[in-house]
Amino acid sequence: MEDFILEMNHITKQYGSNTVLKDVSLKIRPGEIHALLGENGAGKSTLMNILFGMPVIHSTGGFKGEVSLKGAPVKIESPMDAMEKGIGMVHQEFMLIPGFTITDNIKLNREITKPWPVSRLLGKDLELLDGEAMAKDARKALDDVGMNIDEYAPVAGLPIGHMQFIEIAREIDKQGMQLLVFDEPTAVLTESEAQQLLKVMKQIAARGIAIIFITHRLEEVMDAADNITILRDGQLVKTLKSSDTSTDELAALMIGRGDESVIQVDKREGEVSEKIAMTIRDLWVNMPGEVCRGVDLDVREGEILGIGGLAGQGKIGIPNGIMGLYEAVGDVELYGEKIPLNSPKKSLSAGMAMVSEDRRGVGLLLDHSIEDNIVFSAMQIHKDFLTKLHQKDTKRIRSYAQEMKEELDIRCTSTAQSAGTLSGGNQQKVCVARALALNPRFLFVAEPTRGIDIGAKQLVLETLVKLNRERNMTIVMVSSELQELRSVCDRIAIIAEGKVAEILKPDSSDTEFGLAMSGFKGVRKKESEEVGTDE
Amino acid sequence: MNKKGFVEHLKTYAVTYLFIAISVFFIIVSNLDTTYVASQLLLRLNRNAFIVLALIIPIIAGMGINFAITIGAMAAQIGLLLTISWGIKGILGILLAGLITLPLALVFGFLIGRLLNMMKGQETIGSLILGYFANGAYQLLFLFIFGSLIPLSDRVRIVGATGVQNTLNLTGDVGLYKAIDGIWQIPFLTFIRVIGGALLLVSILLFAMKKMKLKSFLTCLVFSGILIGLFLIPKVAGIFDGSRSRVIRVPVVTWVLIGILCLFNTLIMRTKLGQKFRAVGQSQEVANAAGIDVNRTRIIAIMISTVLAGWGQIIFMQSDGIGTFQTYAAHEQVGLYAGAAILVGGASIDRATNLQALVGTFLFHSLFITAQSAASNLFGDSAVGEYFRAFLSYGVIALALVIYAWRGKAALKHGGVDLSERKAKQAA
Repeated sequence: MEDFILEMNHITKQYGSNTVLKDVSLKIRPGEIHALLGENGAGKSTLMNILFGMPVIHSTGGFKGEVSLKGAPVKIESPMDAMEKGIGMVHQEFMLIPGFTITDNIKLNREITKPWPVSRLLGKDLELLDGEAMAKDARKALDDVGMNIDEYAPVAGLPIGHMQFIEIAREIDKQGMQLLVFDEPTAVLTESEAQQLLKVMKQIAARGIAIIFITHRLEEVMDAADNITILRDGQLVKTLKSSDTSTDELAALMIGRGDESVIQVDKREGEVSEKIAMTIRDLWVNMPGEVCRGVDLDVREGEILGIGGLAGQGKIGIPNGIMGLYEAVGDVELYGEKIPLNSPKKSLSAGMAMVSEDRRGVGLLLDHSIEDNIVFSAMQIHKDFLTKLHQKDTKRIRSYAQEMKEELDIRCTSTAQSAGTLSGGNQQKVCVARALALNPRFLFVAEPTRGIDIGAKQLVLETLVKLNRERNMTIVMVSSELQELRSVCDRIAIIAEGKVAEILKPDSSDTEFGLAMSGFKGVRKKESEEVGTDE
Repeated sequence: MNKKGFVEHLKTYAVTYLFIAISVFFIIVSNLDTTYVASQLLLRLNRNAFIVLALIIPIIAGMGINFAITIGAMAAQIGLLLTISWGIKGILGILLAGLITLPLALVFGFLIGRLLNMMKGQETIGSLILGYFANGAYQLLFLFIFGSLIPLSDRVRIVGATGVQNTLNLTGDVGLYKAIDGIWQIPFLTFIRVIGGALLLVSILLFAMKKMKLKSFLTCLVFSGILIGLFLIPKVAGIFDGSRSRVIRVPVVTWVLIGILCLFNTLIMRTKLGQKFRAVGQSQEVANAAGIDVNRTRIIAIMISTVLAGWGQIIFMQSDGIGTFQTYAAHEQVGLYAGAAILVGGASIDRATNLQALVGTFLFHSLFITAQSAASNLFGDSAVGEYFRAFLSYGVIALALVIYAWRGKAALKHGGVDLSERKAKQAA
């Protein structure tokens, strides 16, 4: 028998009727670095949420399957419980307090204290902090991760890379740490820092601590991991040794859906023109969580250009930046005309429109009627649908809404009912109608099928194709669903780490898509020169 | 201090320096007797400092200015009312009032904390409105419930009706006026020399025992030197101990209480609980992830603040004016004045120290003392000074809220990227 520090056996998790994990097993030995690979929605986070006993798991009916630590079945009730059982997490987003010193951060809520008369009277909470002992522990932990930084320095103002190492130091300072989860630890690091981090991971593993390494960078997986587990659509694809595989195989396994297209649309007849509709040069967008770091892209007139990539890599930032919804810098030209950024009004006036990924937040006024929603932007931007006295032209609005209702097949009893009462798919159609009311020559569509059922998906995508074919409208479609992009788009740009990694054809191989998504081709080098200045 | 640090310092303390300038200007223009100004200042400082210091812990715990200290003051007034009604005099009466305040303020503080936890991000405004709301409940309590459901003696009751008298007397028979202040008073000059001497002695002792670093030792030396030396200058000493007017005396016990509170504020920040306050104040998210019970910590902060404010109100009442207790109004401006004072001292919605509280109280009240005379000398109308006072209190609070919101907006959102340099490059 082999000794596993952690065994997760036959884990199945459902959110309502939606199965997000199906019979997934994961086994890790002490001192092993085990990479966990998968696209967004593959089930990585859910699996980790189960491991940490997150409230979201318990409040949605728990899970099926068994978790064992050192061979003994355990029930992990809460993140605190997980911590006490020796499971730690190095977060992707820094869990550090900027105003505290490094020592205070490492020892947060695990402070070393000394009793004094008052605390004996009023309880442990009033014990005095033992600064020296705490600093000593912090020093040791910092040395272990190879940081010779002053343990009394405040965290605020430190380079991002240092913060990552302080997080790690905090975890290994915890007593009885047996299993550490690294969630995309290298995402914010420069090339050399990433190298250092992998080195530290190996050192930690050499001390017998098991590591789960979540990342999308395949070359790091090949470098550091002993074993690799790949998830896709909530299912276990394969667990294999890193010595038995290659980045190409991993990429293919991650994507691996072959030709099974969920959605069928008419193929284009003939070729797209070579004429450029929009040029994007060195576009930077400050959209928290979806930052663009220098996007260069050309959009051809009359095409449907897909933008894909993993979550958090910046694909959503592109339309949001160009439409002025988030702070942006760069050069964007539409038919040779420069678009002034950071002004939604000017972007709309230039003849662009966007169907937002945030349907209920940015996309719709949920309490207003369908017809008001459809004409709202056009009224504001083009002073359309107004009477001479600048009142709402109700008649015209109603007839236009009726037209749209029929054209897009919006299922509602009346266009006067409020948008909030519609189903997700129909809400999405209202968003499309709203964009169309602006009569745009250029349309951005972000995550058009997010959160809507399969039938509605088909309809929404068909609508987009119809608009493209019949009105010759140029469409840029951003989506996390690669399969969807492959069935609708003429070309697909894959965004990794805020940049265009590769522009692929819909029939490019899974391996090519997988490698592009992990930013494999030539992107990393260029990025490392710039990453130091941008945070 | 380098140039950048200096600019930061100016930005942080802009309001403080502005107030110093206005104060100096007002003191000159008001043409008031310096001894009068000095004595009034000292009086108001020792009367108000305790309440202002009660604001520090909630600020550090990230709950903003706790205007709900008004409710702590109400608890204290209930305590005082009962003490007067039962006819308990002197320091014993004060202690009893403080004892009654404790459980009341703890319960009120708990409820305030619970409520503020439901309105995270709006604590400052929430506590302000809560104070107003509680005022209504207080009126009801004092007008109808006291004297009918809760028996009171005729000393405080409106005779022939329910409810408490509009004004209560603390002097004479009641024996609560100056009950703390009057225990032991010594001349100001003696007081300052003892403090200077003690500081000198302690720092030398600590330095000799190698428990103090050279830098802080030198600071202490200079500071005690100023304390002793400055008041050896006849002209300065003359203000406090002149032949032309009476000798200014200070109430030692009150000052000791203020000193203890300063020490308490400092010490608690060195405990595990203090670390929790600071962590919760800086990032509830990170604190929560580290297993700190954020809501509980915040409630404790407010409970401590409410109790301290209650005791502060007792210190204020026994010292204030000519010994009358305005039953229905005494608490009304407590939160506003204390909040304004600590902000004037350079504190902000999320940062505060003992020194800022004391300096702020000093500056704020120096304006209060001189505004009327200054206005009547400048404009020939003392009412202008009254408007000016109200304008300043509200203005400084509004300013602090605006600065806070502005700074929060400027801060980089989590997971974002700073584009300002690139923007500048492109514009150029």
